[in-house]
Amino acid sequence: MDTSKTITLTIDGQEVTVPEGTTLLEAARQLGSDVPVICYHEATTSNGLCRICVVDVNGGRVLQPACVAACQAGAAVSTRNGRVERSRRTILEMLNSAVDLSAAPEIGALMTDYQADPQRFPEAAARDHELMDDNPFYVRDYSQCVLCWRCVQVCGSDAQYTFALTLDGRGYDTHVSTAFSIPMTESPCVFCGQCIGVCPTGALKPKIEWGLEKGLSHDEIRQMTRQKRRRKHMDE
Amino acid sequence: MPITPDRSVRTTCPYCGVGCQMNLHVRDNLIFRVTAPFDSAPNYGNLCVKGRFGTDFTTHPGRLTKPLIRSGARGSGEFREASWDEALSLVSMRLAELARTHGGDSVAAYACAKATNEDNYVLQKWMRAVLKTNNVDHCARLCHAGSVTGLQLALGSSAMSNSIAEMEHLDTFIVTGSNTTETHPVISLFLKRAVRENGAKLIVIDPRQIELTDFATLWLRQKPGTDVAVYQAMAHVIVTEKLYSPSFIHERTEDFETYVESLEAFTPEWAETVSGVPAEDIRAAARLYAQAERAAFYWGMGISQSTHGTDNALALANLALMTGHIGKPGTGLNPLRGQNNVQGCSDSGGLPHVFTAYQSVEAPEVRARFESAWHTALSPTPGLTVTEIVDGALMGTIKALVVMGENPLMSEPNLAHAQHALEALDFMVCIDIFMNETSEIADVILPSASFAEKDGTFTNSDRRVQRIRQALPLVGEARPDWEIVCEVARRMESLLNVAQSAGFDYPNAEAIWEEMRAVTPGFYGITYERLEREGGVHWPCPSLDHPGTPYLFEHDFPRGKGKFWTLKYGTDSELTDDEYPYHLTTGRVLFHWHGGTMTRRSRLDEAFPEPIIEMHPDDAQHLGMISGDWAEVASRRGRVVCRVLVTGRSPVGTVFLPFHFAEAAANLLTLDKVDARAKIPDFKMAAVRLCKADAPVWEGADTPLDERGAIKDPTKYVH
Repeated sequence: MDTSKTITLTIDGQEVTVPEGTTLLEAARQLGSDVPVICYHEATTSNGLCRICVVDVNGGRVLQPACVAACQAGAAVSTRNGRVERSRRTILEMLNSAVDLSAAPEIGALMTDYQADPQRFPEAAARDHELMDDNPFYVRDYSQCVLCWRCVQVCGSDAQYTFALTLDGRGYDTHVSTAFSIPMTESPCVFCGQCIGVCPTGALKPKIEWGLEKGLSHDEIRQMTRQKRRRKHMDE
Repeated sequence: MPITPDRSVRTTCPYCGVGCQMNLHVRDNLIFRVTAPFDSAPNYGNLCVKGRFGTDFTTHPGRLTKPLIRSGARGSGEFREASWDEALSLVSMRLAELARTHGGDSVAAYACAKATNEDNYVLQKWMRAVLKTNNVDHCARLCHAGSVTGLQLALGSSAMSNSIAEMEHLDTFIVTGSNTTETHPVISLFLKRAVRENGAKLIVIDPRQIELTDFATLWLRQKPGTDVAVYQAMAHVIVTEKLYSPSFIHERTEDFETYVESLEAFTPEWAETVSGVPAEDIRAAARLYAQAERAAFYWGMGISQSTHGTDNALALANLALMTGHIGKPGTGLNPLRGQNNVQGCSDSGGLPHVFTAYQSVEAPEVRARFESAWHTALSPTPGLTVTEIVDGALMGTIKALVVMGENPLMSEPNLAHAQHALEALDFMVCIDIFMNETSEIADVILPSASFAEKDGTFTNSDRRVQRIRQALPLVGEARPDWEIVCEVARRMESLLNVAQSAGFDYPNAEAIWEEMRAVTPGFYGITYERLEREGGVHWPCPSLDHPGTPYLFEHDFPRGKGKFWTLKYGTDSELTDDEYPYHLTTGRVLFHWHGGTMTRRSRLDEAFPEPIIEMHPDDAQHLGMISGDWAEVASRRGRVVCRVLVTGRSPVGTVFLPFHFAEAAANLLTLDKVDARAKIPDFKMAAVRLCKADAPVWEGADTPLDERGAIKDPTKYVH
């Protein structure tokens, strides 16, 4: 990116000049515009997956994901209007229909903000995964996973270069997993917990926190990790 | 429902020397989640398993909560609870009595590389100003003394020359004698990133197939103990191919010509016969290093823990000096420090020959400054080192020992000898958060605060001074180490009828830091207020408007010119023979830390619950063993029993045993032979024999090895 070149555009009526290559999200944040994000994280590569950050550029046919779309000279950007709100609302309603968002207060706040109807898709199939407790440090509950990819990314080339996590399955069945769904203790996982540090929902959680949520005493939480590990493959 | 924290406290990780910044999220006085700020050096949001999940030792039920006084025979493990007043009176009376009858030099103290700068400053002040002895040292002697001595000789300064933030922009770097991904995991992320994202060239020089070899352009697998041969041969290549930097050598160094003459015999072909590394690989490594624009060395215990540890460090310094890869951003010599505050403990005067920031006790003008600050005369004689203290205890010259937060009866070499020596003491005091192998034989045990229960500063491996902050209440009657030391010092001063106190009535940790920076020119510019604002400051920082110093030696070296040292090749190490045919090397694993006092009381122990000895498949076949078999490992000093993990990580003929586990303490096997200059023991070289053994009676010994936590052969990962 040639940072010597700058471009000028307007965001929500305010003019802003930014280095070429700046994303719409970065430019909007400079102006203090509040563009909501779910899959975006400052420490991971943006992929424009969740589309909650879409903004209206020049009233174009397609809304653009602010986390990956670059600023264009002379563009007029609206970070929140009727089209944008409707799009975000639908995204939230669809997410909520498939995923348990009870441990994701930030997404919950967006639901309220965008007046999303939790009952919009009552027939939708929920992503139903059993909670996985296969290591001494953290639990994984993929029924709360919004597939933002952040954990996969920090496990790989965004931080740890361990590549213990990957995406398994296709389409609606896509889920985060170890290779061949082996238990974490048998995978290359080094339990750095970088994944927990970027998880936007309650899908990944330290075991102590999980124990507290279940109302266990400090002693019970410590005992909880003293059980012998049993080989527990997911296909068993 | 999601748990909301009662409080979230920013602090510094209590484990390795990286000094990761972390937020402890506390509910009901339990740390339930640890996060890292993404916008802060040195870790930028990253942590490793120890920082992320290993702080639960703070609330372990085994924490010491009351002072204990020995009630049975020494070593019986029988103690009774006592009041602080009784315990402190006993300690101060016994020590004052010994000082009066045998002189202050009959007392010694182990400072603590895990405690704060403030704790250590007060400890050494107490020893020097009240007991009039310089007998204060700490476990840095057992880890980086070789590097420290070598770098002091070559440059006059022994700290890491670069900051961690510079790593990402290296173009060539050599990692040697460091299993960085397990011992300094977060630093390894920046090294991996430099390779994967920026195309940097990594050369690994290490006998073990560590994870970083997966990222290396070149891996030189030398035979253990032959390091000097490889580095000298690299120097030979750089000289014969004229790849050195004449201008740098001319302007910044001395004795190059003598050094060049001494190199003649060190050809790569000769080095191949000694080290087993192909001569062409040595040439390739030398060319890559010398021709790089910015190149740096990173090393760990594999370099320093040797009878020729000083020579190893000097060999690396010679390479850096001849190529000019020092004194610029991202270039330099970087010994990675193993403990959270081992840099700071040394900086705070926890060494027998220096006050704070390496100001010599022998220099009259330095001593005069400290004498006026502490209102008392000070001893000009350097004190004893850790290894000499143990010997002194055995000979009876050391009568009393104060151990603050260390566990010498796990970390000393030749443990049987060390145990014998410490049992001969008249009086021993341990200040610690848990009972450990050492406090078992103490006379008095004083309960102290963990990192999460006190304020203070740690100085990380790249000389960055950072705050720790209290997040949890003190456990029982435990008190911060500095408070305990001050109490004893005050009582002793009054017992010894000292006219004017050296000053042990600090209201808080900050007051200690204020005194410390006032007597230490290199720290003068660092204040708590500044640390609050900036997160951390790299010393030297001589004034309040000085930005701190991320990399060293830009214009000159502390000793003036960098000095080339001629080296001889040879070893005093114990070599293998028919009776003890295997070479034993010791070290760490990811999930544990040092003597295991903390990690083995954490859920970390679930992931790596028992010691294993790593063995090459060929050796395993020869011995008729498979992974999970029980083996007896015996040296001339002792024997241990543990399970075998067959893995290509170890070279043929070499076995590896981590030293964290009391049930198979690696240091029962190691020998107390030391480097003549650095006094560092040879933890990486011992000769052992192996045979099958019966399973011991441990919890979990009947569980198959592959069902024990996350213990597995790291060379066979499934991605």
